[in-house]
Amino acid sequence: MSDTPHNVEGDTEAPVLEPPVQAADEGLNAVERRRAHDIWVAGTEEPDWVAGSTDEGAQELLPRDIDPAVEIQRGLVVDDDYLEEPTVIEDERQIINMGPQHPATHGVLRLHMELEGETVRRVKPIIGYLHTGMEKTAETLSYMQGSTNVTRMDYLSPLNNELCYSLVVEQLLGVEIPPRAQAIRVLMTELNRVASHLIWIATFGMDIGALSMMIYGFREREAILAFFEKVTGLRMNHNYIRPGGVAADLPDGWEEDVEEALDIVRAGLTDYEDLLSGNPIFLDRTLGVGIITPEEVQAYGATGPIARAAGVNFDLRKAFPYSGIEQYEFDVPLGKHGDTHDRYLVRMEEMRQSMRIVEQILETMPPGDYRTEDRKVTPPPRKRIDESMEALIHHFKIFSEGFKVPPGEAYQAVESPRGELGMYLVAKGGSKPWRLHVRTPSFATVQALPVMMTDLIIPDVIATLASLDPVLGDVDR
Amino acid sequence: MAEETTPLEEPVDVEETVEEETQARPLPGDPILDPLAEAFPSVEFTSFQPLVGPRQDTAHVAREDLVPFVTAVKDAGFETFVDTCAVDHLNRDPRYDVVINLLSMQHTQRLMIKVGVPGDDPRLDSLTSLYAGANFYEREAWDLMGIVFEGHTDLTRIVLPDDWIGHPLRKDYSVGSVPVQFKGSHKSS
Repeated sequence: MSDTPHNVEGDTEAPVLEPPVQAADEGLNAVERRRAHDIWVAGTEEPDWVAGSTDEGAQELLPRDIDPAVEIQRGLVVDDDYLEEPTVIEDERQIINMGPQHPATHGVLRLHMELEGETVRRVKPIIGYLHTGMEKTAETLSYMQGSTNVTRMDYLSPLNNELCYSLVVEQLLGVEIPPRAQAIRVLMTELNRVASHLIWIATFGMDIGALSMMIYGFREREAILAFFEKVTGLRMNHNYIRPGGVAADLPDGWEEDVEEALDIVRAGLTDYEDLLSGNPIFLDRTLGVGIITPEEVQAYGATGPIARAAGVNFDLRKAFPYSGIEQYEFDVPLGKHGDTHDRYLVRMEEMRQSMRIVEQILETMPPGDYRTEDRKVTPPPRKRIDESMEALIHHFKIFSEGFKVPPGEAYQAVESPRGELGMYLVAKGGSKPWRLHVRTPSFATVQALPVMMTDLIIPDVIATLASLDPVLGDVDR
Repeated sequence: MAEETTPLEEPVDVEETVEEETQARPLPGDPILDPLAEAFPSVEFTSFQPLVGPRQDTAHVAREDLVPFVTAVKDAGFETFVDTCAVDHLNRDPRYDVVINLLSMQHTQRLMIKVGVPGDDPRLDSLTSLYAGANFYEREAWDLMGIVFEGHTDLTRIVLPDDWIGHPLRKDYSVGSVPVQFKGSHKSS
């Protein structure tokens, strides 16, 4: 492997691409043409092309001498710290496989690693073990049902997913959301950010050997989940934020519940810092490990705490404010080194800032409706259904057929706990989306793994992976 | 008179708002996009202003102009690669749209680049030499929509198994009663 990144233009060794199906149609006979369009049906005899097609390359590291992907993966402006040791002979390199069932891979991420002793020289992340075709599913669900689908992508911050989906649908609908609904949305998503970061610190602590963190983080998160359950009925996958507003108003006495949860989390954060911040083992495991530079962050599209830990001052809540979040005061914490320890510091501070936003909402929650009064989107009130036939029909139409969204295309991004969560919606006028593409933050993060992991030892690879907080449901969709 | 005029006024209002929302070029007063529009006369710019939120600018680029245009866009300050996806319009010519989403952190601005790709020759130049982050997204677009990105070094399936046949996000790929293609699953079923 050469040390200098080079351009890959004119690479003649690129893998042979499958010809496009349509272009190949003419030269084929009827059986072959059907096979080109068909998929293999389980239960029938296994055809040749199934048996012989597992070595295509997605699961393999490329040969070293034709692997410009490594240079690409390592970023265009790489401060290269690869040290060629002259005493190492080729036989000592070995390729091993970590995952997909490894507990430290946070789900079903698989890492293909080339080792030299204990040093990792190359990494290839292999994903797709949790792919469930949610983008295709979204095309078969009406806009009303769509939020139940997206909430299951990033299962640790479901409310952020629902918010992004609702915002992109509302962009095309052109409905205005009442101030109370916006404040409830911000309240719920910021609490969700705290809950998600608490899970992160629990699993991060577990991965680097601070096992009590695992229990503590989950314990404090439970206080927030209890509040979510009271509001939405579910601990996860809430389907609470919907196009047009939220599903229900906050229950009576919600202020006390939120304050109680905040007190528990605040006390917990102090405990964690006592436990970790001065701990020499923790510092040894995190300082200077898994560094990513601002240029690499931008080239890979890594966002959120990873970018901010590298010193990139970018927060979508400040840059492209949504849902009225610009009325609240909060700061964006920035790191300096882009290493694992900075990511820890940034996330700890983000939790405090999110709680600051929640405190402001507690004081300024506006009265009013919790969803829009636009009859196009919102079903009539329950009482009207008893009195009016038209209201009953209207209610039935909204829940059976779904409301229609005018044709158009829109992209909306929100700051999820993992970074920029974006949705690109193409509508063609029906009650179902024509295409919904989800740009998930973890997908970009996993892509940037080789940059951070190259030339680390294996325990540091675990620490780096844990510090990125990837959610595999978010990566694979 | 008043009762007669009210129904007339309403549709007029609706038409006006539609025209305001989608403006064709030029983009008056945008210091970053205007030089790009001058340098590439063939590229058409449109912008969409939603009710809330920032304006969304889109550049419609011909397939041949993609790499030179994106190079210029990158030099103009769009340093962050956000997203690439493909949309299948089925009965339209060109059949596919590849949508590239770029972000300028320094100018706090987004630009969406849209390239039409014909259905009988779904090929497009890869952007991996400009943005390292295009790697996974182009593999995903190949995997799920079957767009071939020329110049990509490792264009293999990313979320589906290696031996999967077909590209599921295409509109002519049916949903529903298709058994899951796990290798060897016929032995148990």
